[in-house]
Amino acid sequence: MEIPFTEKPRPDTGLYNAKVGIWLFLASEVMLFGALFSAYILLRVGADVGTWPHGLLDIPIGTFNTAVLITSSVTVVLGWAALQMGNFKAYRKYQAVTILCALGFLGIKSFEYKDKFSHYEVWLKEPVTVKHGDKEVSTTRVLGHIEYNGKHPYFWKTETLAGSPEKKDKDGKVIKAAVPPVESFKLEVDPYHYTMSPKEMAHAKKDAAGHAHPVMEIKASQVKRLSAFVPAHSTFFAIYFTLTALHGLHVLGGALVIAYIWGPGAKMWKTHPEQYINRVEVSGLFWHFVDLVWIFLFPVIYLL
Amino acid sequence: MSSAHSHDEIKKHVRTYIAIFFALLVGTVVTVWLNSVHFESATLTIGIALFVAVIKAALVAGFFMHLLSEKKIIYVMLAVSVFFLVAMMFLTIWSRSQLPRGSEYTPTKYVPHPSAVGSSY
Repeated sequence: MEIPFTEKPRPDTGLYNAKVGIWLFLASEVMLFGALFSAYILLRVGADVGTWPHGLLDIPIGTFNTAVLITSSVTVVLGWAALQMGNFKAYRKYQAVTILCALGFLGIKSFEYKDKFSHYEVWLKEPVTVKHGDKEVSTTRVLGHIEYNGKHPYFWKTETLAGSPEKKDKDGKVIKAAVPPVESFKLEVDPYHYTMSPKEMAHAKKDAAGHAHPVMEIKASQVKRLSAFVPAHSTFFAIYFTLTALHGLHVLGGALVIAYIWGPGAKMWKTHPEQYINRVEVSGLFWHFVDLVWIFLFPVIYLL
Repeated sequence: MSSAHSHDEIKKHVRTYIAIFFALLVGTVVTVWLNSVHFESATLTIGIALFVAVIKAALVAGFFMHLLSEKKIIYVMLAVSVFFLVAMMFLTIWSRSQLPRGSEYTPTKYVPHPSAVGSSY
């Protein structure tokens, strides 16, 4: 099937159709991300003082990822400029960097996610004494990584501690072995908690830098609630994962399109160079938009 | 539209793109650095962070997406989007004043979900 298209600008709009199309799409994307940002604002300002989780994201990694995305954005536009001057080889090199940056961004992001999935908050029934920076404080809420049987488990929740019974299918065959209840586990306690102010938290992190996290033995019977840093932990992590995962999907989608045009779709450069340049431009516009969303996401989610 | 641009013009654009790239990196460093300052006022912190983000976004949209030299129809489409975005943000912030104010925080305030009460661990 032949999809009708215009290579040359139309007399009425002054643009080729794909460009009008991508901008209409981006206009709708503005509303999609805008709606989620407004949800974030309402959750943030509606949170009781001292309850909003902050300072739990890795700022150096986030900063590095911002630089990766900015780099990919400039190589897109440089590749497009090279193509306009007829330099296909230079375009290929620039877009190769773009694709590598996209994969790098996703790789770093999944590394961050992985750390969140094994990082916990534990709510205790009785207060314990922990060190926040140099100060000793008594608290019922502690953060840290869990160690159990020499492993750092992922996705534990309160119910995990109770274990689970053996599961059998209709014929009585065991399909899942029984998991014994957890009696106690070790927690590598973080030297801070997000109920501290950002300033106090920065100080506590600085004081504790370079020291190994103290390990605390916690009995399951002491635990009131336990949650990894997953969406169920709090509205903060719910909106954090919603926004960053939706953005990550955009990165993935954009990278796939750019890689298609770069690789198997590059045959078109020989047959329809004008249309090919247009394709590169339109995919580039989408890519810049993805970068633009991150420019707002990074300060809002990592820093505020 | 390669025919509309001469090689010299494109080369000039390339220099602009690279300058914008460095400006964006500087903007990122500034954002992170300002965050470590810890201003007393939360409004000021948020205001500055968003101000830098808006400048960076304007650079990306204006130069990388060449919005500065775009046709009228695109401005019209984006104006509609921006209007509704601003309206949505305004409604969001306005609704805030309709909600009850947050109570003082106490560390023992957490209430477990009814299903978690009296579970057998």
